[in-house]
Amino acid sequence: MNITKNIHEWLFSLMPEATASIVEMVLIAIVYLLIFAVAGLYLVLLERRVAAWFQLRLGPNRVGWQGLLQTMADALKLVSKELTVTIKADKFLYNLAPYFVIVTALMALSLFPFSKEFQAFDINIGIFFLTSISSIGVIGILLAGWSSNNKFSLIGAMRSGVQTISYELSVGLSLLTMVVMTGSLQLSQIVEVQKSGWLIAQGHIPAIIAFCIYMIAGTAETNRAPFDLVEAESELGAGFHTEYSGMKFAYFFLAEFINMFIIAAIATTVFFGAYLSPFGITESIPLLGVFWFLAKTLVLVFLMMWFRWTFPRLRIDQLLVLEWKYLLPLNLMNLVLMALMVLLGLTIKF
Amino acid sequence: MDTTTITNNFKSEEYFINMGPQHPATHGVLRLLLTIDGEIIKKVEPDLGYIHRSIEKMCERDSYQQIVHLTDRMDYLSSHINNEAVCLTVENALQLEIPDRVKVIRTIIDELTRIASHTLWWGVMGMDVGALTTYFYGFRDREMINDIFEETCGARLTMNYNIPGGLMFDIHPNFVKRTKEFIAHFRTKLPEYDTLLTGNIIFQKRMKGIGILSKEDAISFGASGPVGRGSGYSCDVRKHHSYSAYDKVTFNEVLKTEGDTFARYQVRIMEMWESLSIIEQLIDNIPEGEYKVATNAVIKLPEGEYYQKVETARGELGVYIISTGTKNPYRMKFRSPGFSNLSLLNHIAVGGKIGDLVASMATLDLVIPDIDR
Amino acid sequence: MTNEALQNLISTWIPELEFTEEKSQFLNITVQPEQLHQLMTQLKSNSETNFDYLFCLTGVDWGAALGVVYHLESTTHRHQLVVKVKTEDRENPTFDTVCDIWYTAEFHEREVFDFFGVKFTNHPNLKRLFLTEEWDGYPLRKDYVDEINMVIK
Repeated sequence: MNITKNIHEWLFSLMPEATASIVEMVLIAIVYLLIFAVAGLYLVLLERRVAAWFQLRLGPNRVGWQGLLQTMADALKLVSKELTVTIKADKFLYNLAPYFVIVTALMALSLFPFSKEFQAFDINIGIFFLTSISSIGVIGILLAGWSSNNKFSLIGAMRSGVQTISYELSVGLSLLTMVVMTGSLQLSQIVEVQKSGWLIAQGHIPAIIAFCIYMIAGTAETNRAPFDLVEAESELGAGFHTEYSGMKFAYFFLAEFINMFIIAAIATTVFFGAYLSPFGITESIPLLGVFWFLAKTLVLVFLMMWFRWTFPRLRIDQLLVLEWKYLLPLNLMNLVLMALMVLLGLTIKF
Repeated sequence: MDTTTITNNFKSEEYFINMGPQHPATHGVLRLLLTIDGEIIKKVEPDLGYIHRSIEKMCERDSYQQIVHLTDRMDYLSSHINNEAVCLTVENALQLEIPDRVKVIRTIIDELTRIASHTLWWGVMGMDVGALTTYFYGFRDREMINDIFEETCGARLTMNYNIPGGLMFDIHPNFVKRTKEFIAHFRTKLPEYDTLLTGNIIFQKRMKGIGILSKEDAISFGASGPVGRGSGYSCDVRKHHSYSAYDKVTFNEVLKTEGDTFARYQVRIMEMWESLSIIEQLIDNIPEGEYKVATNAVIKLPEGEYYQKVETARGELGVYIISTGTKNPYRMKFRSPGFSNLSLLNHIAVGGKIGDLVASMATLDLVIPDIDR
Repeated sequence: MTNEALQNLISTWIPELEFTEEKSQFLNITVQPEQLHQLMTQLKSNSETNFDYLFCLTGVDWGAALGVVYHLESTTHRHQLVVKVKTEDRENPTFDTVCDIWYTAEFHEREVFDFFGVKFTNHPNLKRLFLTEEWDGYPLRKDYVDEINMVIK
């Protein structure tokens, strides 16, 4: 974009190259932190309004117009809370745990192509990088559960660890199925391929199956209902973040919503054409790409919220049976099917 | 309760968890001491008494009209039926002739109370297994019943409408019309409950085959109400020891034979349909007449022992009075349905997982003040 | 079975039973503590009586004696019965437990122990149920005095 080009040239004219690139990186990081904060805050509000709509009530609509300042007020409250630490908790790990989840969420956020020129980090192993980053987030949860020195937290963390490790397989495999069609792991390349039709349309049957499996596994990755027995309030208190309060709790809470956004954003990029408009109607205005990306992502986020407020919760053994006995074999068969289709040239080309 | 005695008897991998008195899933102040091995439950021991108010001792000091007011705080979700139990015992002891109008109105309000209790149970059941929206749907329908009660009886939860001899005042002129509107509305909503929860595959997997109770165990543990009927034990007091106007209406006793949580769930849903049918049979033909029979200001029961059973939403409530002819009972005992239903929790939960314990407790439909009295 | 037929049948098992029907809507049997368990076992196992449902177990303080009242019902024949047992020993009242016959008795007998101090032999877990372990005294007895908690009118 012109603004970024101008800032880039201005910086490089001011200082020597090394410092200029460092300053540029810091600026980009700050921009993304802001996006992260704003997105997190408004996703929480969206969840509360959607939940209220399903439950036949109104939801927060007093603080600010239609409740838009509600999460700001909640954030201020959380910041001003006392940071409690239990005496027997392992202090270093206890303080370190929230940072794992947030940093990984931020790093994943930097990869997405919000628009043709609006992409911070276009690495050539894009998809691979994304799945690896989300795996690192599990460490944060396990550390939190262990270092709290609380039986309930430990049970919650163990359950979460098992769940995340199992469902990563399904996420990875279903994305791999789509990579077979694009021939590249780089996110901008994937979007290029979709200029001739979204991948979910190009791949028809295997792509739709891959999408369904991806949505199920993605919801399980983020520990949301119906897979939320990690934080099953009616069973175990609050799971692995029972002992956290104030800002550290806010980190976990925000990270969950950003993870939800990331899962939806990956689905948008790989299945639904990222910033490309349907049937190419607004390709002449490149900046509208951001709008299309956000719209598609928000539809998927709404779908995930709909799951949460409708379905009961699965038990831990039912959850694992679902993954290892049903989703994994289905995924593998789907991958073979997609490979055969690409080989025989049966994909739909527009 | 001393936990060291429990931990001393442990095998090496068992650990001990306390589902404390304040817990979202225990429906009141119940403390459960769980001995767990991994996710499998080895032993469940309830710790009662957090809401014990010594109602039975207070009854030895109070007059019979005052005792009626104590009873609606026992099982507060079927408060009208609790009041009716004491009033029926006193009326039978005094051999009073209760007018038909009173009997029919008592039956209609009994069945409305039963529906209100079951809708609340359904909402909370969904919440316990994770479907958080059902809570609001259940309460939406319960609000309509509460509004009908508020107009006629003056209260939404603790009704105090029955007195020994009849009712405290006559029904409000709007009662019949509003009840009919409610029936019409609820008949469209009850299938919604099935769509939302009963037919859901996740829900069925959580409920089928869990917490199995055989018929012999149900009888031996004294299970009554939907818990007993879910195991095939025919225990409906309204059929076997009829009272009020139940002998004038036709309704089915819902029995299921599987004995698991899903069977108990289905029994309660079908009971709601049966209650609607009972109300429909009675609502148009409320006989004219007096709404109460005069009794003495100071009621003294003749010397002897009296027992009356009624069917509350939870099961069989028994009122046992030993009287020596004075104005207070000599001994008053309430046989509460929740007390016997709770004693079978250890039997059905052992060998299952924690999630199954929560689902089983939800289908036992315990109200702790009923157990603690 | 009618009350008369029941009386005729049960009196053949144990001779020292007392039967009465006055001042009660059921047939009342008073049994001595030593024969309680034997009578209860036979009431349940005999196919003509088949009292498999114990629907109420009440502790009563009769003034001089302490006792327990059992209300029994049969789910197959639908007849009901009341069995009473008393003991004059207020220091150490003891009866046999019936929780091996009906599982429901386990909690009910704990309640009677809690409020009346009546002990039951062979009970698997005879502890106080509602009151705390350290509570002193048995509240539902007629001679229980508690200056702070009881409001006498």
